[in-house]
Amino acid sequence: MILNTKTNIADSDGFYADLLAAHRGLPEAESHAMNARLVLILANHIGDAEVLTQALALAKAGS
Amino acid sequence: MAYAHQPFDYVAPSGLMAPEPRHKVIIVGAGPIGLAMAIELANHGVLATVLDDNNVVSVGSRAICWSKRSLEILDRLGVGERSVTKGVTWKVGRTFHRDKEVFNFDLLPEDGHKMPAFVNLQQYFVEEYLVQRAQELNIDLRWKNRVISVDQNADFVSITVETPDGSYMLEADWVIACDGARSPIREMMGLEFDGELFEERFLIADIEMQGDFASERWFWFEPNFHPGQSALLHKQPDNIYRIDLQLGWDTDPEVEKRPENVIPRIEKVVGHADFKLDWVSVYTFQCRRLRNFVHNQILFVGDSAHVVSPFGARGGNGGLGDVDALGWRLAAVINGAAAPETLQGYDRERCYGADENLLNSSRSTRFMSPEAGIERLFRDAVLHLAARADFARPMVNSGRLSKPCIYPLDAPDADLPVGARPGAVAPDAPLKNGWMTEALGRDFVLLVLGCDAPELGIRVVKPVLTDMIRRRYLGDQPQAVYLIRPDQVVAARWLSASAAEIEAALEQSWEG
Repeated sequence: MILNTKTNIADSDGFYADLLAAHRGLPEAESHAMNARLVLILANHIGDAEVLTQALALAKAGS
Repeated sequence: MAYAHQPFDYVAPSGLMAPEPRHKVIIVGAGPIGLAMAIELANHGVLATVLDDNNVVSVGSRAICWSKRSLEILDRLGVGERSVTKGVTWKVGRTFHRDKEVFNFDLLPEDGHKMPAFVNLQQYFVEEYLVQRAQELNIDLRWKNRVISVDQNADFVSITVETPDGSYMLEADWVIACDGARSPIREMMGLEFDGELFEERFLIADIEMQGDFASERWFWFEPNFHPGQSALLHKQPDNIYRIDLQLGWDTDPEVEKRPENVIPRIEKVVGHADFKLDWVSVYTFQCRRLRNFVHNQILFVGDSAHVVSPFGARGGNGGLGDVDALGWRLAAVINGAAAPETLQGYDRERCYGADENLLNSSRSTRFMSPEAGIERLFRDAVLHLAARADFARPMVNSGRLSKPCIYPLDAPDADLPVGARPGAVAPDAPLKNGWMTEALGRDFVLLVLGCDAPELGIRVVKPVLTDMIRRRYLGDQPQAVYLIRPDQVVAARWLSASAAEIEAALEQSWEG
């Protein structure tokens, strides 16, 4: 499977606002912990090893 | 070429000598919204009196981006074509991160609309055109008339007005406060103006230069010429360019406004020193609104009712949306065709519109001015990814440009194109002569397509069914009947309608 990098969220602004809202008020360490849990949850949802490898590569690119 | 301000003549009002008869409507504020309101009412047969504490059009470009819908409204008021001819029409926006273009968008309107997606035109030109139009319509414009007190009585309002020749009293059945973001009337009434103040400042400047910048909107995140901040460049007519520069919260606005501080910053944006500074101001981001826009006989319209942060062109355009929703209703109340409760429909619809504008503009503000920590981390991650992956681009938020909102109407609907559903503005389309927006006019109309409609005493528009009209109004259906309000919002639609159904929908449109 190929990683989908095309727009896949219908309401990007709404999602982004929800994401920030979930973090609001959290100390930095807790925010990082929540992000880590979120990555693991989403990775499990994707499941496909090939897709996850590509996602890791895209996230690392240019960093 | 810088704009030459011509002061309007102050004339001593007759109220200084003897009490004036009670006015039907007094509009306070002759900015674009107050003037548009007066003309809209005049188009519906109600002559308002307009008071303004000043005697010139706006200083500085201020509201510059006029949306397609606003241009359609201005066209109905008689200044639309002039505004488009003078203005800079644009449709491409480019977004940069550091010195690299991350992506661009094209607001390319489909064919077959009279008005373009956006026109940049300084607020002072729009005001100038509206003043001329108001004068043609014999609207009483009173310059240097400052309202200093407002009293709401049982069924009328009394106000005290200060002029260069002293003060006088006026009475009116209705007062419309179009007196801007710092609305003195709102203050005098002690109304709460709830919302958010963002800890952010922008410097805004008009410069005059012979440039060859494209007619496009350019937005930079963290540009090399202004590290860590944001910047926006817009082209306006007469070789005037608008530049907005983010300053951050830890700056002194008075210091930042000084030419010796502004000019070097702008030199870095445009890459040379060959320009003239025309106007400069510093503003904070605020997102606030009144809880209600209708307060018995006093009505709030435009910035007096709601303020949003910029970058979505939602201030001026939002105000014209208010004018559009109020004019036909108030005129009907004054002419005895509707009960005052119908004005609750204005309140409901425009509070809804204001909330949509506030939501979009506060999201844009958060993106441009993220809090330190996780907000900034996500913002920077989005910008980083936007250069590499399509999905991140719609997350980049440099302002979501004004679109007319779709009012949530509980009205008869049918399996017809979604763009023309009840609550939406009826889409424009070319007709054999002229345009759909022109044919719909200023009253309720029945748009009858591919069939006949029952006789009801409502004006009928029955255009030839071109491909474009089929696409925008019929889809796969052979026929339809649309009931369209005086503000060109679709009130209801059917595949075929009986007289009773249409009358019921018409009645529902007047409900508050």
